[in-house]
Amino acid sequence: MTETPWWSSESLWRKMAIWVTAFMVVVLIGLTFDTVRQITAGGKRVPSYSVINQKIFYEFDSERGFQVPRIGESQPLFGRILDEAEAKALVTLGKLTVQAKNCMNCHTLLGNGAYYAPDLTKAWLDPAWAHEDIREQLMLDFLQDPAGNARTFGSGRRMPNLNITEDEAQGIVAFLKWMSSIDTNGFPRGFSPLDQEDGV
Amino acid sequence: MSTNAISVEAGPLSAGQRIAMHYFVAAMILFFAQILFGVIAGLQYIYPDLFFGQLDFSVARMVHINAMIVWLLFGFMGAVYWLVEDEAGTDLVGVGLAKINFWILTAAVTVVVLVYLFVQIGPGTKTTLWLINEGREYIEAPRWADIGIVFCVLVFFYNVSATFMKGRWSGISGVLVLDLVALAGLYVAGMYFTPNISVDQHWWWWVIHLWVEATWEVLVGCIMAWGLIKTLGANRRIVTTWLYIEVAMMFGSGILGLGHHYFWIGTPEYWFTIGGFFSALEPVPLVAMVVHAVYDAGRHGFKSNNHPALAWLIAHAFGNFFGAGVWGFMHTLPQINLYTHGTQWTSSHGHLAFFGAYATINIAIIYLAIQRVRGNVWMSAELADRGWKWKWSLGLLNAGVLGMTMALLIAGYDQSFIERALEGSTWSGYFKAQQSAWFLQGMVWRMIFGWVTTAGIVLLFWDLLTIGKTEKRKIKDISVVSTLEHAPA
Repeated sequence: MTETPWWSSESLWRKMAIWVTAFMVVVLIGLTFDTVRQITAGGKRVPSYSVINQKIFYEFDSERGFQVPRIGESQPLFGRILDEAEAKALVTLGKLTVQAKNCMNCHTLLGNGAYYAPDLTKAWLDPAWAHEDIREQLMLDFLQDPAGNARTFGSGRRMPNLNITEDEAQGIVAFLKWMSSIDTNGFPRGFSPLDQEDGV
Repeated sequence: MSTNAISVEAGPLSAGQRIAMHYFVAAMILFFAQILFGVIAGLQYIYPDLFFGQLDFSVARMVHINAMIVWLLFGFMGAVYWLVEDEAGTDLVGVGLAKINFWILTAAVTVVVLVYLFVQIGPGTKTTLWLINEGREYIEAPRWADIGIVFCVLVFFYNVSATFMKGRWSGISGVLVLDLVALAGLYVAGMYFTPNISVDQHWWWWVIHLWVEATWEVLVGCIMAWGLIKTLGANRRIVTTWLYIEVAMMFGSGILGLGHHYFWIGTPEYWFTIGGFFSALEPVPLVAMVVHAVYDAGRHGFKSNNHPALAWLIAHAFGNFFGAGVWGFMHTLPQINLYTHGTQWTSSHGHLAFFGAYATINIAIIYLAIQRVRGNVWMSAELADRGWKWKWSLGLLNAGVLGMTMALLIAGYDQSFIERALEGSTWSGYFKAQQSAWFLQGMVWRMIFGWVTTAGIVLLFWDLLTIGKTEKRKIKDISVVSTLEHAPA
């Protein structure tokens, strides 16, 4: 039997496997600290929950080459100005409801989920709500009675009635408004938002 | 070191093998559930009113993907129980514990599925997340079940590692045990609630990506290495060296390849470069696995002691490369992913990758187990009925999944083009794409190939229940073949 060359020896590749894995884990942990810092609510990329008190619109950033969310003037949700704790509680109720109603197995959020129903990342700014003055009410009505207010766009795909209460519906709307303010690096591509006064 | 070949003598199954059979049976039942609910979800794309209000798409799809995750895990656990005693050269340490563990896990899975089907959703409270449904794709299992799963996996881990400690260690077992630690630990990253969807998705990918694109890949690498030794009598030193190379390349690319899920969820822009670069390297170890499997099979003249198992191992090597490697690479770069993320492209990739990388190798190991159950009978060439059932089920399942993959890819192209490139990614753009002719045709073709897949699984079950039952010949002795073929040229 001929001797195994060094480059194909078992011990060399065992060491390589260990060292490469260890190195990659260390790099990932380092990057994770920075990433979590940047995506904690209240930062530049992911605004604080009280952003739901303000107008959110999109502006083309020529340096980055895509649209980015901007925070505008005061635009209270459901006519109430909420402090950070109240806003967080409302968004939390919305997120809990989104999970409890299994929304992600029809919709995508930030592009993740199922593909049977539209992406919700920019739901708050979708032109389907026609005008910002009626948007909140339309959203509440739809969530509480999706079958009665069906918006199938001719597809025949309807959202089932999920027994969403008015409080839960308000929470979902708050969650969707807050989510639309996240800087998603231009996703979804070339989004055309609802026309709003003082901001496109 | 354990012997390469399977013994011609067939005594009763060992304790570990009997436990493994429990897992395999449960896995196959869940595999069928996966296909059944996949068929329902596929039909709902064509007939949106089907089961509306009773078994909505969200429920059918949740059971479809959860049954898949759980049957693959059951298959892996079965495979590990099947090989652990042979690889360790000793009896399983905790047989009673393993039995109880299996029944607890199976009962928990049954309760979870029944709750999915009959309770489905709850109010927007943490209680719903604890008892009914966590609402996070792939890891929807409620929190009580999460804790149960982690407990059961820890018991499983104890049993496997204690058996190796009592017996002997090898390269394969060393990699396997370390990989199981990572696999169990990562699941914990998915067990918490946060209102922040960016943070939620960030950690959710730690579970999903670092399972399916890292630790699961290494786990099947270990199973593949053992399988090649058993079906072909492949040289252990070469197989082990290949396994280390694969681990280095898999973790070397896959760990930071996680970054390709961090393009659009609020995470910083440096992930474009890191995720794009490392995920582009992810197919490399999968090429190595193909080379490894085909080289070993060819080196032994495809003379295996279990043709169905070897065929499924080869299907695994190619399925892994095309499904995870090529289909993943096609849309992994951010410039392309911007258009394809969250469309049927992902669905196309998911179907071929999960089937090609994981379903195939589980089926291969189940064929190895069935051979042993039937008394180590002949399963090489010239089977009594020409082996038409295993050959047709292999063909139908692979053609079915490949057909679904192509149909979904065409639908995905159409969706990306219309919804993203033309229509400004709005809801009306989404629905316009969903109603375009090519998309609709794609859904019909997906359904046709879904039925082909269903026919394949029915035939697979028939074959597993009957193969080798009337066979009188004993298993082919590949140790002789192996010795001859390793002789100097």
